[in-house]
Amino acid sequence: MPVLWLVLIVLVMAVAGYMLGRARALKSAGGDSRDLHSLPSYYGANVTIMTLVPAVGILIVWLLVQPILIDRTISSTVPAEAISDSMTRGLFMSDVRRIADGLDLAVTEGAMGRDEADNIRAEFTDIRDRLGNLGVALGSDVGPEVLRAAQRYRTMSSAGNLLMTLAVLAAAGVGFTISYMATGKNFRARNVVEKVIRYLLIFAATIAILTTIGILLSLVFNTIEFFRLYPAEDFFLGLTWSPSFGGGSELGILPLLWGTLYISIIALLVAVPIGLFAAIFLSEYASSTVRSFAKPMIEVLAGIPTIVYGLFALLTVGPLLMRVFGDDGIGIMQAGTAVMTAGLVMGIMLIPFVSSLSDDIINAVPQSMRDGSLGLGATRSETVKQVVLPAALPGIVGAILLAASRAIGETMIVVLGAGAAARLSMNPFDAMTTVTAKIVSQLTGDADFASPEALVAFALGMTLFVITLGLNVFALYIVRKYREQYE
Amino acid sequence: MYDTPKVENDVATTDIKISAHGCQVYYGDTHAIKDVDIDIEDTTVTAFIGPSGCGKSTFLRCLNRMNDTIDVCRVEGDIKIDGEDIYDPKVDPVQLRAKVGMVFQKPNPFPKSIYDNIAYGPRIHGLAKSKSDLDDIVESALRRAAIWDEVKDRLLAPGTGLSGGQQQRLCIARAVATEPEVLLMDEPCSALDPIATAQVEELIDELRGQYSVVIVTHSMQQAARVSQKTAFFHLGNLVEYGDTGQIFTNPQDQRTESYITGRIG
Repeated sequence: MPVLWLVLIVLVMAVAGYMLGRARALKSAGGDSRDLHSLPSYYGANVTIMTLVPAVGILIVWLLVQPILIDRTISSTVPAEAISDSMTRGLFMSDVRRIADGLDLAVTEGAMGRDEADNIRAEFTDIRDRLGNLGVALGSDVGPEVLRAAQRYRTMSSAGNLLMTLAVLAAAGVGFTISYMATGKNFRARNVVEKVIRYLLIFAATIAILTTIGILLSLVFNTIEFFRLYPAEDFFLGLTWSPSFGGGSELGILPLLWGTLYISIIALLVAVPIGLFAAIFLSEYASSTVRSFAKPMIEVLAGIPTIVYGLFALLTVGPLLMRVFGDDGIGIMQAGTAVMTAGLVMGIMLIPFVSSLSDDIINAVPQSMRDGSLGLGATRSETVKQVVLPAALPGIVGAILLAASRAIGETMIVVLGAGAAARLSMNPFDAMTTVTAKIVSQLTGDADFASPEALVAFALGMTLFVITLGLNVFALYIVRKYREQYE
Repeated sequence: MYDTPKVENDVATTDIKISAHGCQVYYGDTHAIKDVDIDIEDTTVTAFIGPSGCGKSTFLRCLNRMNDTIDVCRVEGDIKIDGEDIYDPKVDPVQLRAKVGMVFQKPNPFPKSIYDNIAYGPRIHGLAKSKSDLDDIVESALRRAAIWDEVKDRLLAPGTGLSGGQQQRLCIARAVATEPEVLLMDEPCSALDPIATAQVEELIDELRGQYSVVIVTHSMQQAARVSQKTAFFHLGNLVEYGDTGQIFTNPQDQRTESYITGRIG
């Protein structure tokens, strides 16, 4: 039975459970809902939950685990000599899966009978040709071992699917029956629903955390693999970045880190003053009409995709800077793509980030602080400078650090605005590149995934992750440490 | 019900410090203060009493133009301090507020050290010529607010770390440090316990020697204890204004009598 049907059946049971549970509860109280422990809808919801949650839980786990188990079983039964030298076991298994899917398709399309699909022999039929006619393209001729494995795969899958259907329906039925039987006017359905909601929320939070850990682990394993192939001290202390896929490449991170930091610093030098002053204007000076108009306008900047900023850097800012600092002007700029170009545009991108966060933080400073200062005869700017900003400072520092980690992680503006040359230079009008831009260039293209030139991307990503994580933790620490300065 | 006003509360001076005539205040469409006329005397404590929302705080905030910071607020009529119209375009509200200090309902020390809290006003207005000058100003302000002995050993500790009563006295010291001529107090004791209230009231009585003090209060006992003149506001009108003793013992208006005997409020 297809999974869709299974889900629909369980859903129908759940809906029916809601109505039946509600009705049974009402009946047990003689139709007067005041005699019930909980509102009637809670009894309904209880039956729905008990029907739905175990069934769907089993379904999800089963769908995740079954392919892995079948893969492992079949893979262990295939003798090592059946796998040709040019193939790994993983590739072999993916062939098996593809043929199994092809046979499934052939059966549903009617091109093959059910028995034929189970008993067909590679020795007598050209499977590749027959499946090719159905639109399933295979890379090579189908050997007998592969076909037999595929057939076994199909048998196990269909058996597994049948078992799964039974298990899910049984779970739904048992859950339904138990909760329906428990429904009565003294059953505390409200408390049960409350508990379920709490677990639901915990589950959501756990997913977010587990994903972070998963991302981290996927980086860690590849990074370790990289350091097995390439010495760590050359990576962290090397002054040259010149990857060549033929071998003998130098993969020093320092030029990339320098480019990242240089561009980020310029970006922050642009974004922090402008963003902060805009925030002060909006929260302290602007009338509510101006504010209601200007704040969304500034925040529109935050909605522009960074690739558009990249185009802006490439087509507008770069040529503009060239006219002033290029060969026709001062003569210290070689091309439109430079640290300065990317830094300026990235700064513009970060303005709404800084201003919006700072605005919220400044607004959170109690009005009584401002009243106190104004009441002593201070002007608005004196009040801002001496009372509001010091009170809001921890939050503003946090906002700036968050903006900094955005700047460090930014990619598209750098690719288009700063060039691709990794170099160590003090001149802000030189082309440089950043860690993120190099991660992109190392992983795009036909690189062998096991080479240090490709794996270095994970080491770069890991380094970046550690840096931004450190910045974020530091920002949180600052915010938390100084938060309770005013009530 | 309340302390009988003491005889020595009556003062000889009758110099008019603040005089308001035909004062109207609007919040958008709401007419919050209706045609208030009042003459507030120098070196006197004047209490504004009345039920919540009657406009006494609003009127108080007109006296140092704190209502300017509220967009929708409009003030009409004339209010003069020492014969000078404070709503005249030539008057700088910032300088006016230096002359008319204010203490708020809730203690609102800045998130700075005790010393910096007091030195804030003098620094802004350039009242101190040197560091030692500033030290003297801070010390005398804290002494006048009767908090010096409690904080003299921890002037560099944050002002927010003090207790509520100490914070409010710190705020009074902060207001006093700029050498104002008038001190406005908006329910200064409403967030304080009885002991801190007593300390602040004692302080108000002492401040009367140098300043004209205007205090908004919900406590009629407090008005009776600390003030020489009392004004009763009701629904935006100034109903009755006169010597405290007279207002509390022999009110002329029916509404005043109802309020002080607790029938409306």
